[in-house]
Amino acid sequence: MEPVSVAVVVPMEHGLLLAAVLFSIGLISIMVRRNIIFILMSLEIMLNACGLAFIVAGAHWGVPDGQVMFMLILSIAAAEVAVGLGLLLQAHNRLRNLDIDDASKMRG
Amino acid sequence: MLLWATILVLLAGGAIAWLAEAWNKDLPRWVSVGSIVIAGLLMVPLFVSTPQTVLLADTESEWLAVSSSTWIPRFGITLLVGIDGLSLLMVALTLLLGVVAVASSWSEIDYRPGFFQFNLMWTLAGVVGVFVALDLFLFFLFWEVMLIPMYFLIAIWGHEERGYAAMKFFLFTQVSGLLMLVSIVALVLVHHSNSGVLTFNYFDLLGIPISEGVAFYLMLGFFIAFVVKLPGFPFHTWLPDAHTQAPTAASVLLAGILLKTGAYGLIRFTVPLFPGAAIEIAQFAMVLGVVGIIYGAILAFAQTDFKRLVAYSSVSHMGFVLLGVYAWNELTLQGSVMQMVAHGLSTAALFMLAGALQHRLHTRDMSKMGGLWQDMPRMGAIAMFFFVASLGMPGLGNFVGEFLVLLGAFKVNIVITVIASIGLISAAIYALIAMQKVFQGAPTAGRALNDLDTREVLVMVLMMLGLVGLGMYPQPVFDLVDPVLASLYEFSGAAEGTQGAWTGDGQ
Amino acid sequence: MIDHIYLVPLLPLVGFALLFITAGQLPRPWVAAIGVGSVGLSALIVLIVGYEMLLAGASPVVISLYNWFSVGGFVPGLSFYVDGLALTMMLVITGVGFLIHVYSSLFMYEDADYSRFFAYMNLFVSAMLVLVLADNLLLLYLGWEGVGLCSYLLVGFWYQDPANGAAARKAFVVTRVGDTFMALGLFLLFLHLGTLDIQPAMQLASATWQSGDVIPTIAALLLVGGAVGKSAQLPLQTWLPDAMAGPTPVSALIHAATMVTAGVYLIARTHELFLLSPTAQFVVAIIGVATLLVAAFSALVQTDIKRILAFSTISQIGYMFLALGVGAWSAGIFHLVTHAFFKALLFLGAGAVIYSLHHEHNIFRMGGLRRRLPVAFLSFVIGSAALAALPLTSGFVSKDAILLAAFESPHAGPALWLGGLLGALLTSIYSFRLVFTVFFGPVRTEPDAPAGLPMAIPLVILCVLSIVGGLFQIPVDAVFPEARESLHEGAIPIVTLAVPIIGVILAYFMFLDQRIRIAPLVESSVGRALGRFWLSHWAMDWLYDRIFVVPYTFVARINQADVVDTVYNGTATITRRLHHLASLTQTGQLRRYVTMMTVGLILLVAILLGVR
Repeated sequence: MEPVSVAVVVPMEHGLLLAAVLFSIGLISIMVRRNIIFILMSLEIMLNACGLAFIVAGAHWGVPDGQVMFMLILSIAAAEVAVGLGLLLQAHNRLRNLDIDDASKMRG
Repeated sequence: MLLWATILVLLAGGAIAWLAEAWNKDLPRWVSVGSIVIAGLLMVPLFVSTPQTVLLADTESEWLAVSSSTWIPRFGITLLVGIDGLSLLMVALTLLLGVVAVASSWSEIDYRPGFFQFNLMWTLAGVVGVFVALDLFLFFLFWEVMLIPMYFLIAIWGHEERGYAAMKFFLFTQVSGLLMLVSIVALVLVHHSNSGVLTFNYFDLLGIPISEGVAFYLMLGFFIAFVVKLPGFPFHTWLPDAHTQAPTAASVLLAGILLKTGAYGLIRFTVPLFPGAAIEIAQFAMVLGVVGIIYGAILAFAQTDFKRLVAYSSVSHMGFVLLGVYAWNELTLQGSVMQMVAHGLSTAALFMLAGALQHRLHTRDMSKMGGLWQDMPRMGAIAMFFFVASLGMPGLGNFVGEFLVLLGAFKVNIVITVIASIGLISAAIYALIAMQKVFQGAPTAGRALNDLDTREVLVMVLMMLGLVGLGMYPQPVFDLVDPVLASLYEFSGAAEGTQGAWTGDGQ
Repeated sequence: MIDHIYLVPLLPLVGFALLFITAGQLPRPWVAAIGVGSVGLSALIVLIVGYEMLLAGASPVVISLYNWFSVGGFVPGLSFYVDGLALTMMLVITGVGFLIHVYSSLFMYEDADYSRFFAYMNLFVSAMLVLVLADNLLLLYLGWEGVGLCSYLLVGFWYQDPANGAAARKAFVVTRVGDTFMALGLFLLFLHLGTLDIQPAMQLASATWQSGDVIPTIAALLLVGGAVGKSAQLPLQTWLPDAMAGPTPVSALIHAATMVTAGVYLIARTHELFLLSPTAQFVVAIIGVATLLVAAFSALVQTDIKRILAFSTISQIGYMFLALGVGAWSAGIFHLVTHAFFKALLFLGAGAVIYSLHHEHNIFRMGGLRRRLPVAFLSFVIGSAALAALPLTSGFVSKDAILLAAFESPHAGPALWLGGLLGALLTSIYSFRLVFTVFFGPVRTEPDAPAGLPMAIPLVILCVLSIVGGLFQIPVDAVFPEARESLHEGAIPIVTLAVPIIGVILAYFMFLDQRIRIAPLVESSVGRALGRFWLSHWAMDWLYDRIFVVPYTFVARINQADVVDTVYNGTATITRRLHHLASLTQTGQLRRYVTMMTVGLILLVAILLGVR
């Protein structure tokens, strides 16, 4: 008996729905969390949600562009994490905690 | 090319003065004086040159020099400059008062004298440019060039409230200038839609047909810009602050020539470009002029700050100019021009005196002065002369201007003229009270003050001779300006069948 | 010489320029030489010119220097018009002016600002000469304002006392009110006649208008406005008493002999215009009578020697106005001349008294000076006699002519005459009140020795002129229209003659002999009130202060900060408030920004979807 490869096709809607849910979770956590680490993590979730949406869309149309965009997002996310962690360390040095609400020096 | 050379000499002089600061603190002043003198010498041939005839819309007019070259051909913007008797008179006044301004800054400015002279010279260059530009875009450019250095002069070297005053000056002039820019662009577009030609050329834009309503709003843009600059009531409130807070040299320039650009603009642009719309507003403008005359005089009387008093007296005097321009007949126009020149001299001198007083007493508050004649008889006598000139004493230039304005305006509107004549009485009231508060009364004991030195007296005598000359033999000035006014007068009268409406020859 | 008539105003002007430029650096004798010499030379030239003109039959001459300017058909020339009237005025100005300058050279010798004094005086003489010589009304206006300026400068000469400054400002501003009326008159004349050259304008006026037309009436009344300002007549007379703050020679020259008569000269010069307007002429007569009475009553109760003379000046100019008003042109001008003599004499005499009494002005602190200051006494007796119009003096001749002419005036002649007569009675009473109080009775303040010759000689010359001046024939017959034939019959001339004499006798009994007791009258409540009322110059200063000065200063004071500015500052304030409001949203809290952004984005998307 030859092994049969079964292509399990996930409908695009499911993928996009997952991406939307992930994005919403990320967005809502940015709004509600005060710890900068969590905010950075939430940003990662949002970025990855976008990436997921690209992958799904790319798969649906059968073009590689979605994956190219995901690579781009991945590198942006890496850079962002590097800058973000740098800022986080600075914030921790200056503020002695990681509460984003304390970092409101740019009040008008 | 002569005109561009003049402007460039001033611009370059300013730049060199700035650079010269690094070597020597005294050098910038000499550079300024030098470049103004060179600019003045460049103007000399114009006084003797024969005028060329240029077709000004349908009327031929004579110009002493016109120079044109392309600049931004896509939008029809050219480097068109020209000079006629009126412009020449104004440029001559500008350069003369430029020297006076440098002289009055001689011992007053210690902080960054080079940058100060740079701003002074660029203001002068801007003013000269305004008086000679005949391309509306170029005109607007120079309008801005004279504004920004003046802002720095007030904001950096001014007195206590300089920030407020400089900002106020800038906002008033800038906002009104933008209104003018809108009008300029709209006028050009109207011409474009009529003829398909995009041009900013003054001669081309003269006498183009514009529908009545549009013309009125376009005229308003120019009118407001120039009346703010003049300054006419009720746009005058920037002036007392700016004059009071500015350093002496900047006050001299502001009062002496910057205000005249407003009057010049009215005569050269507003009325000729929109003769029909200008008639509609003439009565209103004359009323504004009269209100300015009386209001300025009363407020001058109320002031305790010497420079504020002189500033409000300027409002009063420039009211005569506004009245004269909008009465628009030969007598009033000549009177307005004479008033502009005479007021330039007399007010510049009064501001110099204010500067000299502040230098010696460290105050402008007249209630802290009094009896200064005893300490400084020369300054007292000179101040008396200029205050008397300011109140319109016959035999001095201001009288000739005011009298001609009133004489001519009487033909146009008797009621307005009668009210304006009250200004003659109010002028006496504020001028004499100023003399009383500053120079008369009992002197304070133990006050050691130096009377005016030779340099100051020399500058003052120059302006006194000028005023006596204008008062007793004003004909050269009238002759210089006459052909210009005649052609503008004829043009504005001829356009749109408005002859007679201006002259008011009802009888 | 007449071609060089411009030298007459030019020489004092040069004197002024020299004194101005040297700015007090010259030694006093030099200053006096320049100041007195320039006016003296002018006087000499005027005498020569007068001689030439009278030989040549006194026909008018125009000397044109150059066109002042030429604009739009308005071509005022810098030209002089010399006729009998101008000549008469020039003789008075330079002649009396010269005497007063000589007098001043001693009177002012101790003053620190000797040079400044003569500079102003020379400038005044120059301006006054321009005024009377001017061929056109604009040049006349130049002189007119020029003398006003000099009056201001000289009244406020001792500038260290603020009261003098206030008096000087008042003099200038009040006359400026009149000048403004006059300027309007010039505008009106130019509008209708197209020229301000006096002779052509007057001919044109006579040709254009009928007698009684509205325009010439308005123009004439506007000129009267100028004249009442300069000549201190009702209702603009309030400045003159205060103007006595100046040095006494100034009061003699400017505020008695010359400048204050400029209004009379102006009306006489433009008499053709007034002939066209009986209304305006009648107004002039009424102003004259009213002023002469008002001022005479005020003079009765003054205690300051110079103020008495000031009010009498106002009163006498009232007579001149009366003369002009009833068409007795030459009588008016003649009174101007004789008044210049005897009033200059009185002022200079008063100056001599004040000089010897260390600047004492109150007549009740003087007394018995008859023997101590004989020259001053002589001056006062002759001057007062002329002022009171006693027979055999110059004042009698001129004032008699005016009163008789007034009686024969067709408009309310007898009433005008009666007013003038009452004024004459008062004049003789107040002038001899002054003489009897100051020079008779006990010595109240011990005087210094009388002043030197430079002060005495002008006094003596003026004494002579005050007496023989009545015999002069002023050469103005060609200038004015024929005078009405005077009747000189019956009781009228006799009454006119007798009234001043009665006045002197009354004054003798009231103030010297004390046979008529006036004390009860003065002490009564009505008498006190009236006395205060007259002393305060009919409360006119008070009235003008309430009507004009207080409101003007009030308006100025409340609006010192410029109400218009509140509009702009208000705009700025509103902008700043809005800016604050907007900046409230900028909390600096990242989470809030994100939330707002999210909400905004959702709304935006919703709207976009909704639109679709």
